[in-house]
Amino acid sequence: MAKANEIKYLTAIKPEKRAKKFCRFKKYGIKYIDYKDAEFLKKFLNEQGKLLPRRITGNSLKYQRKVSDAVKKARQMALLPYVTDLLK
Amino acid sequence: MNNYELMVIFTPVLSEEDYKAAQKKYAALVKENGGAIVHDNPWGLKSLAYPIQKKTTGLYWVLEYTAPSDFIEKLNIQIRRDESVLRFMATRLDKYAVEYNARKKSGVPTGTEKAAV
Repeated sequence: MAKANEIKYLTAIKPEKRAKKFCRFKKYGIKYIDYKDAEFLKKFLNEQGKLLPRRITGNSLKYQRKVSDAVKKARQMALLPYVTDLLK
Repeated sequence: MNNYELMVIFTPVLSEEDYKAAQKKYAALVKENGGAIVHDNPWGLKSLAYPIQKKTTGLYWVLEYTAPSDFIEKLNIQIRRDESVLRFMATRLDKYAVEYNARKKSGVPTGTEKAAV
């Protein structure tokens, strides 16, 4: 027995489907992440220059670690800032 | 013998000759100790992401070399003594890194271009 306040549609509405996230390093076969390429590393940082989580970038754990190592090296060599505002 | 990459930031007050001389000095040091230079790349003057020793710019230099594993100790001592060096970092390269650097030098796409989109 259906509840009285339940709304019924003639055609079932589909819940919005998000594109599945993927690890770009696995997909494109990138084995080495260069710490010298600051512009590339910026894709994995937020506005304050902090690392974005895997939840958002979709990186696999193996490559997320490599990204994080590369970013830390780049920070040490003053290619990327440790703290900032409006990085992008 | 391992593959290494050395990145040095020299103080920006260095003259063009001194910058060249410093590069030569460290390249010679690698050769003296049984190593070999693979590639070197002076980036020149570049602004730093944050000030180091109250300087906002630095002269970058990247050297790729192969050397025995005990050489790094000697190199560290030499560089630490050098007052014209703001900061340096020597990294050991794995086989993927060597391949990446070789591709980058010869202008072959490294694969990161696709991922950058």
